[in-house]
Amino acid sequence: MSDKKEPKSIERRRFIRSGMQMALAVSLGGIAGVSLLKSTSKELVWQIDPFKCVQCGRCANECVMTPSAVKCVHAFDLCGYCDLCGGFLKPDPNARTTAAENQLCPTAAIKRRYIEEPYFEYIIEEDLCIGCAKCVAGCTSFGNGSLHLQVRHDRCKNCNECAIARVCPADAFQRVPADTPYLIKGGFTKGGSSKDQLKKG
Amino acid sequence: MSQLKRYFLLISVMLFGAIQSFAADAKQRFPKPEFDSGYVQPFTTAPSPRFLLLQYFDVLVLLGVLSLVTWFVLKKRSRKGVFWTSVFSLLYFGFYREGCICSIGSIQNVVLGIFDPTYAIPLTALLFFLLPLIFTLFFGRTFCAGACPLGAIQDIVAIRPIELPKWIQKVLGLIPYLYLGLAVLYVATKSEFIICRYDPFVGLFRFDAPYNMLILGILFLAIGVFVARPYCRFFCPYGVLLGWMSKFSSHHMTITPAACIQCKLCSNSCPFGAIDEPVVETGKRRSNVNRLMTYFVLLPLWIGIGGFAGSMMHVPLSRFNQTVYLAEQIVEHPEVKNDPKNIDVRTFMSSGKSTEQLIQEADAIRRQFYWGGWILGGFMGVVIGTSLIGLSTFRKREDWEPNKTNCLSCARCMDYCPVKKE
Repeated sequence: MSDKKEPKSIERRRFIRSGMQMALAVSLGGIAGVSLLKSTSKELVWQIDPFKCVQCGRCANECVMTPSAVKCVHAFDLCGYCDLCGGFLKPDPNARTTAAENQLCPTAAIKRRYIEEPYFEYIIEEDLCIGCAKCVAGCTSFGNGSLHLQVRHDRCKNCNECAIARVCPADAFQRVPADTPYLIKGGFTKGGSSKDQLKKG
Repeated sequence: MSQLKRYFLLISVMLFGAIQSFAADAKQRFPKPEFDSGYVQPFTTAPSPRFLLLQYFDVLVLLGVLSLVTWFVLKKRSRKGVFWTSVFSLLYFGFYREGCICSIGSIQNVVLGIFDPTYAIPLTALLFFLLPLIFTLFFGRTFCAGACPLGAIQDIVAIRPIELPKWIQKVLGLIPYLYLGLAVLYVATKSEFIICRYDPFVGLFRFDAPYNMLILGILFLAIGVFVARPYCRFFCPYGVLLGWMSKFSSHHMTITPAACIQCKLCSNSCPFGAIDEPVVETGKRRSNVNRLMTYFVLLPLWIGIGGFAGSMMHVPLSRFNQTVYLAEQIVEHPEVKNDPKNIDVRTFMSSGKSTEQLIQEADAIRRQFYWGGWILGGFMGVVIGTSLIGLSTFRKREDWEPNKTNCLSCARCMDYCPVKKE
């Protein structure tokens, strides 16, 4: 292009630039429009469906947090308060006591307390729990299944894609709306939705 | 042995009674006792997640930071202002918000929102995706300069930047396109979020990460001392989108506030090699035009080669999908079915799903990868073809100018310019 035509070429450049800018703006608008059709104003958080969980133990290791943000919770409504608790005691325990040799939990995170004959209360100490699901497996196989895993949202970083969800063999992790962030048994029943009636404490 | 028997008995009882026992509280295996001692049952605690309002506050902070840094770059022309804004972003989005959610990762939310009918994208994620792109479309990549925590942490350590040869920059500059394409492919097939999984800095923000990711993050920072912002320039998939926007931005920053006096002081100021020097046409015009025409003709060929190569790669690519991997394991090594240590296979075997069903699902996903591979490869063909065309097109340039695609608007060069505003 010779010197004489230069103003024209600059004009052409500007035309191309603003044309492309328009095109990009329109495509951005298109993406925004398509996304808005199916968007939610709520935030989503990760949660475990206790009825899908197979207690594989990966929650303890795969979380980006150490220890894991997944903890065992106790749905007291379902608990049978058994003396011979499949979640607390090792299979074939020497005695039904709180001695370490009899406990199933590797970190002694379950506290057993005598209530009245023949009932015992079991409380999870979350600071000790590592989310290994050993007690969940025990309680689900021998008891009512009142012990189960949940993502604890005071600890969870709410990663864009949960590192545990990626490797969960049972596909038990799901995104749930942040205003009903727990799927706790009792309030939440298999196939049903969370009534969130336990969200009090 | 007796224990094993009891296990078996109880498991079978559980299987048969599963539906009844969990359907209603009344039919528990061990009914809830009636207490005489006045025992009060404790509540199952349920600590709330972060308030929704705070999530929207994050969007507001992003908007504020973007406006501030744009003002610093375009109006105040202040490197200091840009730097301290980026430090704030690092502290807020990095160390306080711990890297989630970020605009880079939000690409995946948008793609998942489009491809997965069961996923509704949160408005906050959509805004995190859109806001920086909109700003960049008008003002250049000011997001990179001051709002991105990943950029900020690298910018701070860029102490002794060396200039990489142009051809290395060009070749490494192709990686982000591939990374973006792969990220979209893996999200569209509902496999995983690779951008988040291989984010090298999120572990540093949280002071907690798998060992190898922590090493990767430290490695990036160590390299970043000499090669300024290695992740931004040679990996960041969001940078590709920002580059497109920035290239056609209408108010991109300039090195000099008035007329360039050709002093060349700025020529070494850019640690990212994003300043274009003045050029005059070299070689014969005729041959240049011929070369350009050749590259235009070659473009469809690149697309074809790329697409074919991509589609050939669909088998190894699809292996990162859990379903495909599981099916492949079961088909190729049937003995894993009896391996009690293989959690995935064990879970699948007890799920009641048939192997045929699994293989069917895996085949469907693999077919998606086949067509996705074609599209990804074709896209890479377009990228390579157009960058060759870009290399052979000639545009007369008289002044030192920022390369609008690659310029991160960090404002370093402005400090070097002796020209003052008229």
